[in-house]
Amino acid sequence: MEPIAIISIFVLAVFVGFEVVSKVSSTLHTPLMSGANAIHGVILVGAIIVASHSETNLELGLSVAAIILATINMIGGFVVTDRMLEMFKGKKKEAK
Amino acid sequence: MSAFVYDLIGLSAGICFILALKGLSSPKSARRGNLIGALGATIATLVIFFYAMPDKNGNATSLPINNLGWILGAMAIGTLIGVPAAKKVQMTQMPQLVALFNGVGGGAAALVAIVEYLNLGTDATTAEVIATVFTVVVGCVSFSGSIITFMKLQEIMTTRPVVFPGGRFVIAGTLVAVLGVSGWVVTALGTTPLLILAALSLLFGILFVLPVGGADVPIVISLLNAFTGLTVAASGYVLDSTLLIIAGTLVGASGTILTRMMADAMGRSLFGTLFGAFTAKPQEASGAAEERPVRSGSPDDVAILLNYARRVVIVPGFGLAVAQAQHTVRELADLLIAKGIDVAYGIHPVAGRMPGHMNVLLAEANVPYEQLAEMDEVNPTFGQTDVAIVIGANDVVNPAAETTPGCPIYGMPILQVSNAANVIFLKRSMRPGFAGIENELLYDPKTMLLFGDAKASLTKVVSALKGL
Repeated sequence: MEPIAIISIFVLAVFVGFEVVSKVSSTLHTPLMSGANAIHGVILVGAIIVASHSETNLELGLSVAAIILATINMIGGFVVTDRMLEMFKGKKKEAK
Repeated sequence: MSAFVYDLIGLSAGICFILALKGLSSPKSARRGNLIGALGATIATLVIFFYAMPDKNGNATSLPINNLGWILGAMAIGTLIGVPAAKKVQMTQMPQLVALFNGVGGGAAALVAIVEYLNLGTDATTAEVIATVFTVVVGCVSFSGSIITFMKLQEIMTTRPVVFPGGRFVIAGTLVAVLGVSGWVVTALGTTPLLILAALSLLFGILFVLPVGGADVPIVISLLNAFTGLTVAASGYVLDSTLLIIAGTLVGASGTILTRMMADAMGRSLFGTLFGAFTAKPQEASGAAEERPVRSGSPDDVAILLNYARRVVIVPGFGLAVAQAQHTVRELADLLIAKGIDVAYGIHPVAGRMPGHMNVLLAEANVPYEQLAEMDEVNPTFGQTDVAIVIGANDVVNPAAETTPGCPIYGMPILQVSNAANVIFLKRSMRPGFAGIENELLYDPKTMLLFGDAKASLTKVVSALKGL
């Protein structure tokens, strides 16, 4: 990819990242942190890519470890965030 | 599938992540936001299996992708570990779990970078090597640092800052070594220097988090979370994956903002949090302080006080959650409301172990949302409050944050319960709070202490109230 394309993507994503969370109430800090945490579990994609072109046992072993860790991060992260938010939702309904 | 279609699908996953973060910022859309994020992650993961990735020479490889059995097996293992952990964790242990999940994510990013480095060998461009070095260093720091925060929160190790003589020189020395070896890896390509770099970075992560005191741990988790995001972005550059760049940068940027907001809510400067331990030492309670008289009461005394109050503010802290007393406190509040008493919960932004943690814990006990008052709302009302009941909280009501410059929580906004006519503390013992600081309010003449497990004490107060 062109360096300028990469830099553009990076800079624009920084602004989007700043913008979307700029006004979040402290009530939601814990779920937001947990949700953002789950999103970076998408490194799983990278782990699968390197696993698929691993040529030596060392490479394969390390990438298998990476896949395990990334899957824990991603799936565990989304599940636990949902568990937290489920309770918030129940409460909102009661309030109305 | 063509590369174009593959990239388009990757872009849609990226959009899902943006919508997810956007959704998570508002209570109404938060759950849907999280599900959209999960959808994006699912799309991104599935599509990999149907795309014939070009190899390092640019030739399309054949499907199915290589090592498919290993990949699926590893994903199955990860799921079998991650899902039960996420399902079973107590809400009180949430901060630890987030720290742990973040750590493994950082570890995964570092491993991906190492494998790609081994695979590319001398084909790697300088820019790719620099990105690799960044990912390995930051990923390892995030991994080992998160493990230490996990151990602190789980109280496997002390929650106080760990400061040892000459510590700052050891930390600085390790940092210099990390930078030096980074330079070595970039100039002399080789596996050995990269592995040394990984080891040094792991060590630096440990040293970096050890001096951080208990109250500041959530800020560190958030910061490490942002770090991991940036490593994912750097991996995306090396692996030529736009999606990873977008997702990683989003988390890096939003995580940085979130870290700052948390630090503000706690009245801490980010710099002070990270480097404060170099100079500040926790003030140990002196032996004499423990000898001072306190006024302790019985559940009946508390019930009588509450019965004649017109306005009661409940200040829940982590001790409430530890005792699993959320349901009992709700029972007490319902009883008081039935007697026509005005009841509110005063929620400090960092009540619990993490910003917003207490809201999660009370939500679990179905406490009605309109009874939860944020700090800024409730503080001006303490003057008209007859009784403030502090349950298992300490640091968030400690006047030392306003009166004692130099104490570890100085400058943190607090719930000003000392303005209420009467203050009741439900405590297990005179042990100081998570930040390890003595609380003067406990010795105040208008303060009454009810010692014991929060749940047991509350149950007794509830039955005493019913008898009145």
